[in-house]
Amino acid sequence: MLEWLADAGNAKSLGLLIFFVTFCLIVLWVYGSKKRGARLEEHKHIPFLDEADDVKEDRHG
Amino acid sequence: MATGQSQVAVQYDYDIVKKFAVMSLVWAVVGMAVGVYIASQLAWPFLNFDIPYITFGRFRPVHTSAVIFGFGGSALFATSYYVVQRTCQTRLWAPGLATFTFWGWQAVIVLAALSYMLGYSQGREYAEMEWPIDLLILFVWVAYLAVFLGTLMNRRQPHIYVANWFYLAFILATALLHVFNNLAVPVGLFSMKSYSLFAGAQDAMTQWWYGHNAVGFFLTAAFLGMMYYFVPKQAGRPIYSYRLSIVHFWALSFMYMWVGTHHLHWTAIPDWTSTLGATFSIMLLLPSWGGMINGIMTLSGAWDKLRTDPIMRFMIVALSFYGMSTFEGPLMSLKDVNALSHYTDWTVGHVHSGALGWVAMISFGSLYHMIPRLWNTQLYSERLVNVHFWLATIGVLLYITAMWISGISQGLMWRAFDEYGNLQYSFVESVAAMHPFYVMRAIGGAFFLTGMLVMAYNCFMTIRQGVRSARLVPAQTVAAA
Repeated sequence: MLEWLADAGNAKSLGLLIFFVTFCLIVLWVYGSKKRGARLEEHKHIPFLDEADDVKEDRHG
Repeated sequence: MATGQSQVAVQYDYDIVKKFAVMSLVWAVVGMAVGVYIASQLAWPFLNFDIPYITFGRFRPVHTSAVIFGFGGSALFATSYYVVQRTCQTRLWAPGLATFTFWGWQAVIVLAALSYMLGYSQGREYAEMEWPIDLLILFVWVAYLAVFLGTLMNRRQPHIYVANWFYLAFILATALLHVFNNLAVPVGLFSMKSYSLFAGAQDAMTQWWYGHNAVGFFLTAAFLGMMYYFVPKQAGRPIYSYRLSIVHFWALSFMYMWVGTHHLHWTAIPDWTSTLGATFSIMLLLPSWGGMINGIMTLSGAWDKLRTDPIMRFMIVALSFYGMSTFEGPLMSLKDVNALSHYTDWTVGHVHSGALGWVAMISFGSLYHMIPRLWNTQLYSERLVNVHFWLATIGVLLYITAMWISGISQGLMWRAFDEYGNLQYSFVESVAAMHPFYVMRAIGGAFFLTGMLVMAYNCFMTIRQGVRSARLVPAQTVAAA
């Protein structure tokens, strides 16, 4: 295993594996929990926080 | 969680935003005017007038640099400085350094244009600037990164809004691309000329790694940052899905870096790199369309705004063009399609559906939203925005339709054989066949430029109105006292 990792010729496959797994973890983190999802969705209101006169409608849930 | 600290009044640094916003309009007019001129040179070659400084070869990079870096770049500086302050609810960090980015960037555009006209060019597409200008870009860009990061670090909002992620990815990726693509050895300390560190197939791959990521991070990610702030603001409702925007960001960041080699199909590069480029290009369709849907669906339940708000119309049509060109791109990256489309005007049409349809239109929408707020006034004329919208839309449609017909005809003519296996058409016959479409393209460009002039006038009047009312307020205060 260590030999395979140390072989520069395997860098492409290893890179692909690392990026793919990282991306899957990000998707899992984003959509894996309803509670976290609701917290993340809260951030979409940030552009409206600095103007009292801005209309803020949220009909997307 | 987003906090409501926002109610604390923050005096934002708008001076630098105003400067960049005005210069983006100036460069848009200049760059598009040069674009129409070079398009006309292709239709009517006498317009070269045998003057070396304005021949197509020298004027073309003046056009691309003025529109991409002058107009697009200045619009990005302006909007990123605006968005980062407002979403972090803090002032810009190191305003002196921000001012340096303004003067440095404007100097880059002017010097680049002058050097191209005088015949200096590295011959690297979208990176034609010679090494002294490249060094200036480097200093400006490091200053830009410092200002942006410093502002993020001073934020009063715990969460960094997603638009800033896109802007930061654009700043970091552009730095990386610029440095590696421009690694070169100058001929002498006082010579403008230099030789690239790369040669042959490596050089080609480096150039298109830069070229396509310039499209990916400068012309896409950064303008998506613009989209994620200004579309919700103009619509008066938050982005459709914040979670989708996170996945959109990471998918785009992971995938874009791999696609550059689709510009080099059927050349001397290793075949697997070509296949890799095509594969990632197809996969990019998913995040691109995810982002487009996220932007368009923000208007869900308020579609009437498309009828009543011309600024919103600019933004939604921009997203539609984004969707269309990010479908066309993967299609063209397929080796068999590329065998027909490459080196033809189809590529030129594709680039302009992205550049005019997506980049320019989302910038127009954002600038129309931002400029009245910067000068604390109302837009001079919404009717003129509507006129601009139709001129721009007709212009883009004429342009890309002409280039589609021209490009596909070219590709088919170049690969046509007669019954004896000889080429059916000479090259010059294919050039002659393109003439009507070159005229049509120049007309399309003229429509787009006219719309831009209307916008410049409208913004000038808006700013004048804002400046006058700002002068009136203190005068009235004194009179009342």
